[in-house]
Amino acid sequence: MELTGFTIHELQEQLKNHKTTSRELTRQVLERIKRVEPKIHAFMTVTDDAALAQAEEADQRLQSGRPVSPLTGVPIALKDNLCTKGIRTTCSSKILENFMPPYDATVVRRLKETGAVLIGKTNMDEFAMGSSTENSAFGLTANPWDVNRIPGGSSGGSASAVAADACAAALGSDTGGSIRQPAAMCGVVGLKPTYGRVSRYGLVAFASSLDQIGPITKDVTDCALMMNAIAGYDPDDSTSANLPSADYTRTLDRDLTGLRIGIPREYFIDGMDAEVLYAVKEAIRTMERLGAMTREVLLPHTEYAVATYYILATAEAGSNLARYDGVKYGFRVKPTKDLLEMYMKTRQAGFGPEVKRRIMLGTYALSSGYYDAYYRKAQCVRTLIKSDFDEAFKQADVIITPTAPTAAFKIGEKTQDPLQMYLSDIFTISVNIAGIPALSMPCGFTKTGLPIGLQIMGRPFAEETVLRTAYAYEQATEWHNRKPNL
Amino acid sequence: MPPVETKQDIQYEAVIGLEVHAQLKTASKIFCGCSTKFGAASNSQTCPICLGMPGVLPVLNRRVLEMAVKTGLALHCKISPYSRFARKNYFYPDLPKGYQISQYELPLCEHGYLEVALPAGQAGESGRIKRIGIRRAHMEEDAGKNLHEGLEAASHVDLNRAGVPLLEIVSEPDIRSVDEAVAYLKALRAVLVYLDVCDGNMEEGSLRCEPNLSLRPVGQKEFGTRVELKNINSFRFVQKAMEYELRRQEKLLREGGRVVQETRLWNTEKEITVVMRGKEEAHDYRYFPEPDLVPLMIPADLINEIRKTLPELPDAKRERFAREYGIPVYDAEVLTTSRDLAHYFEACVAMYPQPKTISNWIMTELLRELNNRGQEIADCPIPPERFAGLLKLIEDGTISGKIAKAVFEEMYRTGRPAGEIVKEKGLVQISDAGAIETLVDDVLGAHPNERESYRQGKTQLLGFFVGQVMKRSQGKANPGKVNELLKKKLGEEKK
Repeated sequence: MELTGFTIHELQEQLKNHKTTSRELTRQVLERIKRVEPKIHAFMTVTDDAALAQAEEADQRLQSGRPVSPLTGVPIALKDNLCTKGIRTTCSSKILENFMPPYDATVVRRLKETGAVLIGKTNMDEFAMGSSTENSAFGLTANPWDVNRIPGGSSGGSASAVAADACAAALGSDTGGSIRQPAAMCGVVGLKPTYGRVSRYGLVAFASSLDQIGPITKDVTDCALMMNAIAGYDPDDSTSANLPSADYTRTLDRDLTGLRIGIPREYFIDGMDAEVLYAVKEAIRTMERLGAMTREVLLPHTEYAVATYYILATAEAGSNLARYDGVKYGFRVKPTKDLLEMYMKTRQAGFGPEVKRRIMLGTYALSSGYYDAYYRKAQCVRTLIKSDFDEAFKQADVIITPTAPTAAFKIGEKTQDPLQMYLSDIFTISVNIAGIPALSMPCGFTKTGLPIGLQIMGRPFAEETVLRTAYAYEQATEWHNRKPNL
Repeated sequence: MPPVETKQDIQYEAVIGLEVHAQLKTASKIFCGCSTKFGAASNSQTCPICLGMPGVLPVLNRRVLEMAVKTGLALHCKISPYSRFARKNYFYPDLPKGYQISQYELPLCEHGYLEVALPAGQAGESGRIKRIGIRRAHMEEDAGKNLHEGLEAASHVDLNRAGVPLLEIVSEPDIRSVDEAVAYLKALRAVLVYLDVCDGNMEEGSLRCEPNLSLRPVGQKEFGTRVELKNINSFRFVQKAMEYELRRQEKLLREGGRVVQETRLWNTEKEITVVMRGKEEAHDYRYFPEPDLVPLMIPADLINEIRKTLPELPDAKRERFAREYGIPVYDAEVLTTSRDLAHYFEACVAMYPQPKTISNWIMTELLRELNNRGQEIADCPIPPERFAGLLKLIEDGTISGKIAKAVFEEMYRTGRPAGEIVKEKGLVQISDAGAIETLVDDVLGAHPNERESYRQGKTQLLGFFVGQVMKRSQGKANPGKVNELLKKKLGEEKK
């Protein structure tokens, strides 16, 4: 039986009832990877042997009657900015090309504890900076729905792999939309949890106050199952929330009667892609039919979100990336005549153009004499954007918007125009600035067969509400059952 | 040229502020669990966090916060209920993350002061107390160490020290002389050691001092251009470096030159300061709030709890000593520079309630022995009860004060009790009237000429006769009684 297209909860049923083994499943997934990789190049590293060994272990656990989790024996892919002990972690950057972490990220450790099979590390925009995965130092990743198009980014490899059935599910990271936007482009489900819900320990930092790890899955139930495995307080991350984390599957099937949906005027603008607009409006109508009530809400500072984001994110990035100096690990240019030359040549050759652009932006924003005009002001606007959401969530339980202004664009279409590229995150960025949770899921397809993403935002730590809204919509529609032809 | 002549007449005044880095005595580092022990093999006390590996995050060591609050309270600072860490960004191989986690805006402690007792002036004025403001005290992590020795065309980095907790204590520019600066530094060190938050060892780098110095004409309000000094690693050099730098600045000003704002390094071998970097090369550290650590909210009850653990501090102890024991402020300052020394003094007083005598003996004899040997009071082989025993022997007339000094040296050398030494060496004072009379008569008989002179009015010769008697008795004769008897006998002759 072909198992690669199965969701986690379907596989769980197969494995628990001994209809198949993790070894068989893992073998099939590795074969699928071999077949689709030449077309999509979603992976940086495939960990064949380690995966098969983990599968054996999972099978023993499944057979022994020891406690199993829904993820036991299930092949999961990890974005290549999550540290994996003894497995190369590159961030798709030349500067970390051969970096071997001596430790596991907290999420990786938690996945291992569930008995999940870690199948490989996925391609991404270098250091998660980008919206198309074209900024990888190691080649493009293609969109399984149209290999001439980008898969979104920066978690493009993870989204592409899930859509292409090259893994059951994957983890990504989201700083300004990097889980949701590629999920939308690839027609899968992606959740950016509340800031602090999932430990960042072991996530190679891009912008520390915005980064969150989250799942990319084939459906909403899988998303809840992945959250069960990775969410929760971690004493190793001072910014992780010390709150009890729930069983996210428990409340999934509550109906939408009485749910208040907010529609922010600022996200439905003139000149929007008509197909995207139509699909999102249809989705809202579906939810109304399911018992939800809709009303307009205001998020008046939305127009400042992109500017705010590119100051805060780059300021933090410039500092976070200072450690890649050629001294301790990673890539170093040799020989050089002195320390300064070593720094300069190493960073010149080690970082790609987008990373350098952002380091320069961030350095500038924090420079003496400019700090107040840029960084401090951006922090003030951040507070305003947060309070916009606080106000809006007094009138609404969730807020619904498109995930991205368009479906997947063509490879190379925006690489010459960074500003155009930045605007593809225009609907996702505010969520990171406010620290709230948001999910993207398919809500239709363009005439040319490209998936369109719907974004559901929730109050801080209200992932359950977001997931149950998504689940109700998913149950009422068929979009998640479509598969790309690869 | 008139302007130059005018400058020759100007009296300059120093304006000094000190930045002190105190290593906090925690078992583990500030943001990870690695040991802080000094002297381990290079890079043996490191982990992914203090190595600045990709993806790691800092978690604040609670002990660091407690020690910092404790120190802040001892320095009369306001403890901010809300404070933040910040990143100080710069590139250097010993700084693994490319930034140092420190505090910038919203430091933990602000607006404090330290009262310093200054030594008595020339004209017999008694010691005075000066209050020196503490601008701020904040927590930060230390950097590692670059190693160049024995390496050709290469440098190595030892990151054992990276992440060791520091408290940076910044004074206001309230200090007006090198003596004041040294007194401030000693008083600050005493507080840190009293609190048991820092071992105060400048040579091992657990206490580091970076002075900011400038000169201005006496009477001028505005500060002159300041110079920051680095690389000073002992108390002795703090003084020398500041003295050198002020001389350098004064010479420059007198010759009509200008002081340039810069950072200068103290060169220990040549005993001079040399330019490290000028104002233009000063780093732009691009401070911003550390997003990996949540803001510190310090509840009032935690502050109160820590306040309760504060021991009696040097300034309070100094005041109490002066008041309770009636000793000069300066003596009290010296006796309270270390908690152990103060404790020693009080233990002696408990057994021999003559505080001034004890203070004199400690300040002269005991401290001399300690300094000569480079020892601390903890190393002193004479326990307080034996010290008191010695003083009692003087009081009851068993030995003279002069003999006692010799006995003290012997006690320090051997650790034996005074009585034993006195007995064994036959040092008991001769107070018997008959014995003293014999000695006096012998001396008078041997010096008829001096006797004649005395009779004719040269009474200052009394000292000579006393000396002769003491010599003849090998110092053992009771000098009071000798004096008395000689006066009597010579006086009779005069009549």
